[in-house]
Amino acid sequence: MNVMTPEGYVAADGRRIGPVLMEMKNITLRFGGVKAITDISFEIREGEIRAIIGPNGAGKSSMLNVISGFYVPQEGEVWFRGAKRPPMKPYQVARQGIARTFQNIALFDGMSVLDNIMTGRLTLMRSGLLSQAIWWGGAEKEETAHREKVEKIIDFLEIQNIRKTPVGRLPYGLKKRVELARALAAEPKLLLLDEPMAGMNVEEKEDMCRFILDVNDEFGTTIALIEHDMGVVMDLSDRVVVMDYGKKIGDGTPDEVRSNPDVINAYLGVAHE
Amino acid sequence: MSEQLLYAAEAGLNGLMAGVLYALVALGFVLIFKASGIFNYAQGVLALFAALTLVGFQNGQVPFAHLINAIFGTQIHEFGWHLPAVVAILLTGAVMVLLAILIERLILKHLVNQAPIILFMATIGLAYFLEGFGDIMWGADIKKLDVGLPQGISDTVESVTDRLFGYGFFIDRLDIVATVVAALLVLTLTLFSQFTKYGRALRAVADDHQAALSVGISLRFIWVMVWSIAGIVALVAGVMWGAKSGVQFSLSLIALKALPVLMLGGFTSIPGAIVGGLIIGMGEKLFEFFIGPMIGGATENWFAYVLALLFLVFRPQGLFGERIIERV
Ligand SMILES: Nc1ncnc2c1ncn2[C@@H]1O[C@H](COP(=O)(O)OP(=O)(O)O)[C@@H](O)[C@H]1O
Ligand SMILES: [Mg+2]
Repeated sequence: MNVMTPEGYVAADGRRIGPVLMEMKNITLRFGGVKAITDISFEIREGEIRAIIGPNGAGKSSMLNVISGFYVPQEGEVWFRGAKRPPMKPYQVARQGIARTFQNIALFDGMSVLDNIMTGRLTLMRSGLLSQAIWWGGAEKEETAHREKVEKIIDFLEIQNIRKTPVGRLPYGLKKRVELARALAAEPKLLLLDEPMAGMNVEEKEDMCRFILDVNDEFGTTIALIEHDMGVVMDLSDRVVVMDYGKKIGDGTPDEVRSNPDVINAYLGVAHE
Repeated sequence: MSEQLLYAAEAGLNGLMAGVLYALVALGFVLIFKASGIFNYAQGVLALFAALTLVGFQNGQVPFAHLINAIFGTQIHEFGWHLPAVVAILLTGAVMVLLAILIERLILKHLVNQAPIILFMATIGLAYFLEGFGDIMWGADIKKLDVGLPQGISDTVESVTDRLFGYGFFIDRLDIVATVVAALLVLTLTLFSQFTKYGRALRAVADDHQAALSVGISLRFIWVMVWSIAGIVALVAGVMWGAKSGVQFSLSLIALKALPVLMLGGFTSIPGAIVGGLIIGMGEKLFEFFIGPMIGGATENWFAYVLALLFLVFRPQGLFGERIIERV
């Protein structure tokens, strides 16, 4: 990384990274006596692929849950697009243009792939209840427009042949892909991915890597992702936050992080999965 | 066709019509259960409350008249107007929506993430509260509900069946109307859930709360919506039942008949609620017809429960219920 300015920086591959999109300030999160996150601050910049890494139980998922409103931190502030965010419910965060996937996949098992991805567009749908009842034509036109967007995402993620399949019947790797598709359908400003490649075989991982890079490249989506696999992280991300036991022990480009003694320690101390 | 069979067919047909009402109440249960995992004990009382309110509005009754008179020594009972049925029904619909909002605000909101048994207890409380509230608000006397639905035996059915089989079936006109209205209601609900934004959101919430939140759905809004729909379904059931046998507090007991319907149809299946209701309605009439005389009659009181018990033993998820897997 060359010089960091308020306007951004130029990434290793020459992409221009923009100003701060989201900033976490001194976040502390406790569950009863357990401190899942201790006084962590970091920022995510526009257009960036930002990774959060660390051993199991380090508090990575908790951090993602704070960003997406699922957990409410006891201390600290969340800033989004230059404004301090008041405490928000997850659905309100989603409506601000922050979409996410889950470590343990949360899909609508009873619905088809297509329907699942369509739910991703709920926040963008305009027609209210009354107008849908009264003016069916308008609602239908809107539905068609949303369908077209969703079909583009389906093509983009190469899942055309399963679009009518009930999600409950899909193998794990494809479920992860459908979950990504649903998040993308919301046309998010910020995309949060919790271990998008966990439990995948090598080929599936390569596909997922390519999709993540393409999403960032083609739509300019800012991405924050959690990943275990160091190799993947180094390939994908512009900057990395390293967590251990709820604390931040490193923050920088993959190269900087790799040579950070604290990080090396943490990773040598814990068996690599 | 033999005479015996014709009588049986008539009894079965009548049972089918009664089953429509069971199905309507069960439908209200299923909607709320699917969306929030709450077993709503108050569903039957909702039907009673809706019917009471409808009659009250129609006849221009002053709500809480007894209470007001007792406190202020006044003698008011009626506003002295008579509302057209359609207006009264729309107003009652609005009251049911208001009730849904209040239930969410005052009860459900405070019990998020509580164990299902706690929520179940809360709905029991709600049921008794609403029953008492309805009593204070509109009075405990049996009321006649007349929204202009056709009454009496259908001459058409009688003459047609007479010509066909040489035996005229006695079918209540009201039952036929109830069946048509129930069918329309189910059709509307299906279209709503399949083709509207809110229907999609409702299905999403019924499937997975976390995932629903992550796509920007407000659970509280969906709960208000689903309780409103259940309230309106209860209104329809209350109107039909009230038109048939008057609005009285025993109306809330139809909720008890909905229980075996749910065990048959499964707690999460809308088609199950409907088919279950029809099977129970028809089954109890036919059983009474064929077996009743042999064992001293009055089998309608217990037939549904015994059938449900058999289902519990051999097919606990019901006819259409989803596999029973604990959500973790
Ligand atoms: N909902 C919760 N309730 C209680 N403890 C939790 C909850 N979520 C996470 N934790 C705890 O917080 C710590 C961090 O967990 P997590 O954020 O899932 O770590 P990671 O994703 O890095 O593996 C762990 O000790 C975990 O047990
Ligand atoms: Mg995790």
